[in-house]
Formats: sequence, structure tokens, C-alpha cells
Amino acid sequence: MAKKLENSLLNMFLSLTVICVVVGGLLGLVADVTAQPIQDAKDAAQKAAIAAVAPEFDAVADPQKVEQPNGIEAIVFAVSKGGEVVGHAVQATTLKGFGGKVIIMFGFDLDGNITGYNVLDCSNETPGLGSKIPVWFQKGQKGDVIGKNPSTNNLSVSKDGGEVDAITAATISSRAFCDAIAQAASVLTGTDVETAASAQVE
Amino acid sequence: MNKLNVSLSPHVHSGNSIQRCMLDVIIALVPALLLSFYFFGIGALVVTATSVASCVLFEFLITRFILKQPASICDMSAVLTGLLLAFNVPSNLPVWIIIIGALVAIGIGKMAFGGLGQNIFNPALTGRIFLLIAYPVQMTTWPVSGEMGYVDVETGATPLSLFARYMAGDVAALQEMPDMLDMFVGMIGGSMGEVSAIALLIGFAYMLIRKTITWHIPVSIFASAFIMALICYNFDVHFAVMQLLSGGLMLGAIFMATDYVTSPMNNKGCLIYGACIGALTIIIRRFGAYPEGMSFAIFVMNAFVPLINKYVKPTRFGVVKK
Amino acid sequence: MSKLGIIINGLVKENPTFVLLLGMCPTLGTTSSAINGMSMGLATMAVLICSNIVISLLKSLIPDKVHIPCYIVVIAGFVTVVQLLLKAYAPEVDAKLGLFIPLIVVNCIVLGRAESFAAKNSPIDSACDGIGIGLGFTIALTLIGLCREFLGAGTAFDLRVFPENFGALTFVLAPGAFITLGFLVAIFNKITAKK
Repeated sequence: MAKKLENSLLNMFLSLTVICVVVGGLLGLVADVTAQPIQDAKDAAQKAAIAAVAPEFDAVADPQKVEQPNGIEAIVFAVSKGGEVVGHAVQATTLKGFGGKVIIMFGFDLDGNITGYNVLDCSNETPGLGSKIPVWFQKGQKGDVIGKNPSTNNLSVSKDGGEVDAITAATISSRAFCDAIAQAASVLTGTDVETAASAQVE
Repeated sequence: MNKLNVSLSPHVHSGNSIQRCMLDVIIALVPALLLSFYFFGIGALVVTATSVASCVLFEFLITRFILKQPASICDMSAVLTGLLLAFNVPSNLPVWIIIIGALVAIGIGKMAFGGLGQNIFNPALTGRIFLLIAYPVQMTTWPVSGEMGYVDVETGATPLSLFARYMAGDVAALQEMPDMLDMFVGMIGGSMGEVSAIALLIGFAYMLIRKTITWHIPVSIFASAFIMALICYNFDVHFAVMQLLSGGLMLGAIFMATDYVTSPMNNKGCLIYGACIGALTIIIRRFGAYPEGMSFAIFVMNAFVPLINKYVKPTRFGVVKK
Repeated sequence: MSKLGIIINGLVKENPTFVLLLGMCPTLGTTSSAINGMSMGLATMAVLICSNIVISLLKSLIPDKVHIPCYIVVIAGFVTVVQLLLKAYAPEVDAKLGLFIPLIVVNCIVLGRAESFAAKNSPIDSACDGIGIGLGFTIALTLIGLCREFLGAGTAFDLRVFPENFGALTFVLAPGAFITLGFLVAIFNKITAKK
């Protein structure tokens, strides 16, 4: 085995420097090569998240930040088809979950009907109970809210006189879901998002 | 030592023994058991029978075929584990879930550590906590007291879930809250054996008279839970008393925390252990993701028992106090 | 020791998970399903092989007093490369493993093998050691993930075996990781002790 370099200050300094520079260079190279694919993957992921909830579209406008009634910022994406706005995707946050925050992406068409939803974060809900939010309210499931309109339908849980069936044994998480709908809906109706967004699309 | 051959049952036995202690605890559980039959009818019967039978069976199978030791089921501890497990689950729980619970209680909670006397955690609690995390829906839909059936019974909120809803800002939940007397007798929703405070207290009195357990652990749990509840719920005495009467606090304090194997060895240690359990329970109830915290609190403190034993040593006889 | 011997050594006698009990954080954290466990194992293996080779090549150029910082820089470099590649070409895997990929830097297995094997052996032997230990880790993680996924969700590699309602959710969550690991270590020791 080759003899090791001596522990002199110069040797230590040099070897560390050379290794750092080489590794740094390698990283720079890899980062450069992967920058474009990473950006593409991110865009695709966001587009997929919006596509999962919003009506059919071919373009997404730049996100808009709007304050919700509960003081948290919602992110609104206007989606358009053939240059015309066909609906919105709203990323809304409720604080009323069992463990606090629940973040949900809702899709709305222009009449304000819910076209879909996608839960981005419900990690603080009780596993197996509140954590069922991502499937419970989907189309065909027990608590189906798809196609309903927050301004004409009473979207609160049936225990509170509404028309949404709560998740078995998880009333609080179900209420949080309804609160998220309310937050998203008020963001949509309370501001002139539509005009602002359509201006951006062009 | 090996001159005493243990033959197959039946045994003639006299004097104090593991068996006698276990039997005393089982006798102490009888009032609560009878009341749960009265409140929950056939469901309670099915759950208890399944739980006890499968615990004993698993203990037999594991000792016989995996550990290849003489069967230890005659010491009654598996029967007690089965009973306690049944007490800790809703009376409409499907049979297959109970069997899984029994397997976890005996297999993981007890035998994996080497059998009775070696287990760090209370076996029945291990089973219950496993089931609670594994099947949260079935484990938290309790039949309303007085529903006698086994399947398709009406389910309802428990005082603790109402508490949680109230603390989350739902004022209406308070009106659904049962009154104190109902809670004391057991006319509330909840796991099979935990609903009736009075029956559990009768069992407590019996065990005190028989000197099966001492007062230290249960009383220190009640006291610290009460104080903690006052702090956590805005010094509302009514609320604090309800906290004591609801959920598994009584059952846990009297029957689960006092398990010989998993509690500290001397009185001072027991007081510390009990006080920590009481406080933890209320903290978990108030801030945790699950409405009930008793089982988790006991479980956590079980893990601390060796540490408590290490630092809380009895004063040696003859040592001069400084 | 032959090249094959080195690989087998990493798989059985010095299995990082079941015998050395190293790298417990990803072992417990990423094994909620067989696929997750396997991707984590493979990512670690890639880093391990590369860092073993490079460190073995550099061993005579690094003064003793600064060997740990040098190793860490090399390892961190490879981890970042793996992370960037995953982000670019397998974003789903990256999203699932999340924080655990950068955490490979502090995985005891990688630094441990650099220290105890690569610093003393030839690059080719070190590569074999990386393959052996990496495979041992991957297989262990896949096995734990498979058990947890099967018991917890009723699936094996995302294929449904029995209805989801019967799955014990505990196994998908953290407590199940500890229980599964404990029993698998016990079984592994029982089997290897007999030989």
C-alpha cells in the first residue's frame, strides 16, 4: 500500500482544497445538465396537480396570491382553453383540521361548481380517520362533493345541517374539509380574480 | 429446584400465588364485566369470550410450539390479559380484529419479551394500542350504551370526542355531553369495560381489601390528572371531574397501570409513575391526534419504569440519615 | 478474500441492517412499502459504490488528520448528484423519499464502509464491498418494506393480495417499522446462528 501523505499543513490544505474543487466542479456540471429536466418535471407535476382538479384546459396562467378570510394566502391559477378562461384551480388552506393545517387544491368551473380536489397536505390528521380526506369526498365516494356549488349548495357536514356526509368517526377533519371549500370559494367570489387572471392569460 | 414436576391441570393449589393474584384481579373486574353485559348485551359477551379464548389459545400455542416450554396458561395471566383487552375495545368490534389484538397482546406484548415477568409493556395495552392505530375506524365507533346487539348497533360520540370537538370550537358539542351521574354509572358510549366508573371503583375497593394492589398508583393518577385537567381546561372544576370519569382513565388507573410486572417496585416510585401517567393522559387528550390518551400515557411510562426503579431506591436498613 | 466472498460478506455476515444495525434512520423511515424500501436501498447503493471507489483511489493522497472531512465531501458530492438525477429523471421517487435522500450523507453505512474498508483496500475490492453491502441494505429494506406493505395495506409491490380493510394500519406507520425490524432481526439471527 502506498505511503500516506504526511500531516503537514500544506498537504492537508492542498488535499482538502483539491477534493472540494473537484467535487464542486462535478456538482456544477451535474446541476447544469439536470437544471432543465428538473424544471420540466416541476412544471409537469404542477400541471398534473391542476389537471387533476380543474376543467379541461390547454394553458395555465401565472399563479395569483389572494388572502383568504382566515388570513392565509391562497394561490389561484386561472386555466384557459383556446385563449378563454374556463375555470380556476385554488390552493386553499384551512386551520380547522384535527392537527391544524390542511392544504387542498380545488378546481372550479366558471359557474363556481367544484370540478375536483386534490389534497396536498393532511399529514397532521389522524391516520386512518381524518387522513381519509383525499378519497372520501371524491366522485362516487360517500362524501361526494364533486359538481356541487358552494354558493348554492350548503356544503357543510350533515351534523351541522349541511349536505356533505362526514367521514366515519372523523367529524372534525370533515369540517376542516368543508372549511377549506368555503375558504377557496370566498377567494374566488370575493375578488375579481377572473378578470385579472384572464388579462394575464393573453 | 427441578424436583417439583408440574403435571397437567387440574391442580390443587393453596395459599398465595400468581394464580391467586390474577384471580383476585379477575374477581375485581367482575362488577364492571356484569355491567357491560347489562349495557351492551350480546356484543359484550361475544367480545369477551373471543378475547379471553384467543389469548389463552395463543399463549398455549406460543409456549408449546415456538418456545417449547411447559405451558404457562394455568397461571391465569392470559385470561386476565384477554379480559382487559376486551374491556378496552368497543363491544361491536369484529371478531377477527379481536383475534389479531389477542395475537399482538400475547405474541408481541408478552412472549416476544420472554413471557410473564419479562415484559416491559402491559400486554393488554400493547394489543389495544396496536388495534387503535391499525383499525382506527372500528376502534373509535362505539355503540351507544343500551344497544344490546352485536352488529348494526347505533353508534354515538363519547364524552371525550365531544370534548375534542368542543375544544376545536364546536359549542354545540357541549349540549350532547351526558350528565355526571350517567357518566358515573356508565350510561355513556365507550369501550366495553371502561364506561362505568362505579363498577371499576368497587373492583378497586376489593383489590385494596385483598391487598392485591396498593392505593399509590391509582390515587396519584387521579390527583395529577385532575390538576392537569384544571390547568388545561381553564380551571373548570366540572370539566376536570368529567375528564376523570370519561374514557379509559378509571380502567387504566385501577387495572392497567397497576400491573405488577410493568409498574415500579416501591411506593415512592409508584407515586412518580402515577403522577406522570395522569399528567400525560390529559396532555395527550388535550393536544394529541387521538381523543383518548390513557393507554398511550401508561405505555410511555411503562418504558420509564426501569429508570424509575434505578433512581428511586428504598433506603437500606441501618443506613444513618445524613 | 475473493471478489465474490466480499460481496457475500456484505450480504450475510456483515449485513448492514440485520447484523451491523447501521443506517437505522432510512431503514425505519422509508420502508412503508416494498418499492420505497427498494428505491432507498438502490440510491444508497449507488452512493456507496461510487464513494468506496473514489475513496479507495484517494486513500494515499489524503493526510490522516483530515480524512473525515475529505470523505464527507466526497460522499456529500455523490449524494447531491444522485439527488439531482432523481429529481430530473424520477421525480416520483424523489417526492416519496424526500428528505431521506440528502440524509444518505450522514448514513453510518456509507462513512463506515469508507473508513473500515475502502481506506484499506484496492478500488476493485472496494467496489465489490460497495455492491455487497449495498445489496444487503437494499434486500433488507425491500424485505422490511414488503412485510410492512403486506401486513399494513394488503399489497405486495403494489399488487393487491387481500382487501385493504383487513390491513393493520400500524404496520404502515412508524411503530410497525420497529416491530417488523425487531422480528426480522430475530429471524435472521436464528437462521444464521444455525449455520
